[in-house]
Amino acid sequence: MIPAAFDYYRPKDVEGVIALLQEHGDDARVLAGGHSLIPMMKLRMAEVPHLIDLQDIAALKGITIDQDTITIGAMVSQHELINHDGLSAAAPILREAALQIADPQVRYMGTVGGNIANGDPGNDMPGLMQCLDAQINLLGPDGSRTVAARDYYEAAYMTDREDDEILISVVFTAPVGGFAYEKQKRKIGDYATAAAAVQIAKVDGKVASASIAMTNLSDVPVWSQGAADELAGSVCETATLKAAVAAMLGDIDPTEDNRGPVAFKRHVAGIILTRAITRAWDRA
Amino acid sequence: MSDKMHIKLNVNGEDHEFLAEPRDLLIYTLREKLNITGPHVGCDTSHCGACTVTLNGKSVKSCTMFVAQANGAEITTIEGIGQPDALHVLQESFREHHGLQCGFCTPGMITRATKLLEEIPNPTEKEVRFGMAGNICRCTGYQNIVKSILAAASELNAAQEAAE
Repeated sequence: MIPAAFDYYRPKDVEGVIALLQEHGDDARVLAGGHSLIPMMKLRMAEVPHLIDLQDIAALKGITIDQDTITIGAMVSQHELINHDGLSAAAPILREAALQIADPQVRYMGTVGGNIANGDPGNDMPGLMQCLDAQINLLGPDGSRTVAARDYYEAAYMTDREDDEILISVVFTAPVGGFAYEKQKRKIGDYATAAAAVQIAKVDGKVASASIAMTNLSDVPVWSQGAADELAGSVCETATLKAAVAAMLGDIDPTEDNRGPVAFKRHVAGIILTRAITRAWDRA
Repeated sequence: MSDKMHIKLNVNGEDHEFLAEPRDLLIYTLREKLNITGPHVGCDTSHCGACTVTLNGKSVKSCTMFVAQANGAEITTIEGIGQPDALHVLQESFREHHGLQCGFCTPGMITRATKLLEEIPNPTEKEVRFGMAGNICRCTGYQNIVKSILAAASELNAAQEAAE
């Protein structure tokens, strides 16, 4: 499969990227790991006359942990994320989730920023970022701005990012308590049939606070305040889990596709969330 | 059509310089321009791993990388891992343990496995299966591939210990 021809750019800094995006508008796209964009270009479902490769931009790389504030550069690969000891200690849910993305070769190339920015409902990082209440740093011609991950997603492949902006990094506070990223997929490497990101903080033997986000069960990730509220103050007993699942099912809106009909997806979502809460609570 | 780019690649220790369209995929450049036909085109959709090469120390599916992205890179293909008269331990192990049948996936399997054993020199069976998840084989059912890699790991570790 041969994609349509394009001009290729490999700028050294973000200003160079913004200038190219301003010059070429809709005809330009940035390339991170390429494992979503290149297949679409090969199928000619995406035509990109001006392709801007971000691989040489140092400002988009690196993971920093400053006290309890964690910053992950857009071009950090899933492989780097998985193998970063400090991050695995400070926010272990990220490693648990990233290990469930695609396969080793794809994880060497696939980036955190690409996974977040693409807006594919099947991507795992968007829901995870909503669970962690991450802030997304964008840069455009008018400077930088920050958007909460929970406000970032508008529809499938539609986000708050403007065409002449790029995603620079994500920032979040190191989570406390127990965690779990639970994902049901048809085979290893697949996108989720249903996935759940759960963080639970425990105080005096009870749930002090919880955060729950679901993946691939709507055209955007679903952060379920209702499900988290059900857990608050509980000891995650069976009745509470059922109430949390019921609340979550009220928030998701799956559609039928090759991963199954709606009823099946709702069934799987309930099981996955129950498992995720149980595991997060055990670790809390 | 876009302009051709001046591309430099180091493949298996040898420098190559040529003109190519940015849209040329790395796998086709290796196979058709440089005549390095060890990496195979299986699915052409980044699922099967038959096109796996090592690029700047990463296992990469070369069907999902433009040659422009690879410009300046150091690449190792199966041809750089062993030769017919001097097989790599992994190649010898695949032969010994019947880790292949038709052989189509084997260059990708072995190229990926070299990197896996670099990162995890003494893997468990589970780690081998997880680390090889990006490579598909339609003949063997994977049992003998896993066996081959575990045996090669033991042999490499024994050689390492003997050397120390």
